[in-house]
Amino acid sequence: MSQLLDIVLVAMTLSLAVWTVMARDVFSATVGFMAFGLLLAIIWVQLAAPDVAMTEAAIGAGASGVLFLRFIARRDALGASIGKPRPDDAPVPTGLRIACGALCGIVAMALGIAVLALPSPAPSLAQAAAASLPRTGLGNPIAAVLMAYRALDTLLESVVLVLALIGIWSLSPDSAWGSSPDPFPSPAPAGPLTLFARLLPPVGIIVGIHLTWIGATAPGGKFQGATVLAAMWLLAMMAGLARPPAIGATWLRVLLAAGPTIFLAIGFSGWLFADAFLAYTDAAAKPIIVLIEAVLTPSIAAILAMMLIGPPALAHMRAPDT
Amino acid sequence: MSLLLNGFTVLCVILGGVFFLAGTVGLLRFPDAASRLHALTKPDNLGLGLIVLGILPRVADPVDALKLVLIWVLVQFGAGTAAQLLGYHARVDRRAR
Repeated sequence: MSQLLDIVLVAMTLSLAVWTVMARDVFSATVGFMAFGLLLAIIWVQLAAPDVAMTEAAIGAGASGVLFLRFIARRDALGASIGKPRPDDAPVPTGLRIACGALCGIVAMALGIAVLALPSPAPSLAQAAAASLPRTGLGNPIAAVLMAYRALDTLLESVVLVLALIGIWSLSPDSAWGSSPDPFPSPAPAGPLTLFARLLPPVGIIVGIHLTWIGATAPGGKFQGATVLAAMWLLAMMAGLARPPAIGATWLRVLLAAGPTIFLAIGFSGWLFADAFLAYTDAAAKPIIVLIEAVLTPSIAAILAMMLIGPPALAHMRAPDT
Repeated sequence: MSLLLNGFTVLCVILGGVFFLAGTVGLLRFPDAASRLHALTKPDNLGLGLIVLGILPRVADPVDALKLVLIWVLVQFGAGTAAQLLGYHARVDRRAR
């Protein structure tokens, strides 16, 4: 029975992937991609990996999808402002299409071969990860991997997010630097969305904090929690209840940098109190990890939200001061 | 008693599934945006509601039961808002044409 569900899931995911690649316009492809992410999340649940499933649903389907939709809207608006109502997809040269297809085919084949070539049973560090779990004071082995065994990866991830945001911001024209990103187009009709944006955030903020907090002992964690928090902020901005902050504002920059900075500082203090970079003493492991998650979550939430709002640009191309 | 509860669960979940099936058929077959939206909101509301109702007696922890009901309520708000926005834009698009 469960095998039948698996087969249906895999068939749906594969056909949706093909459909997304074949889709003619960007909007349809984006919608297909978001649905693909949700199906993938269900597959992760079937594989008993709820942590990955939540990340896939929140970041892969949710945040990435909104990022693409926002890109399409901005592209069309930018096109309209320079007199090209739909700067539509120029036909891609056939040679490039073939090259892309071949490259994707090679990558897919290499991955397939790698998976099939795995020895059975596959090598696993799960035993070792579970054995050291009591030393971290955590109950969720995933959190132990992310925050203790491989904390360096998580540190670099949070730094990469800041770098990505700097990359997005640097797309803004000189005249717009430091000002607010373009607000979302005011929704029409405003009523339903405004009501929704007033009702949902109180619940969503609690859910976001809960996801982060529970991550130490059960599936969840700061990325999933931060995505929910970012979504609540974005919802308020979409409904026009909050304005995007100026990207030059000091409070915003402190908020964005605080998480990675404190994480890095704790990493260096590992040399003083434990024996290596990012090492924690056994007694202090749990409080330190909770502290890192607590400072990292608001930063990641703010970074994700600012990434989705995008750089300040359009308003400055139309009018000098808006 | 447990037979009765099991029967209740099976009945509710199957009924909920029927609403999802009917909603999907409606989404694919109905002629215009407004009626397709109508088809879409039925599974969100009644379909999910019946499935949650069916699962409720099987949940041991009352907090988990509360979470299930909360999920249903939140989906109501989300689906209702999305339907309003989609319906409005469908009407504007039709007038523009």
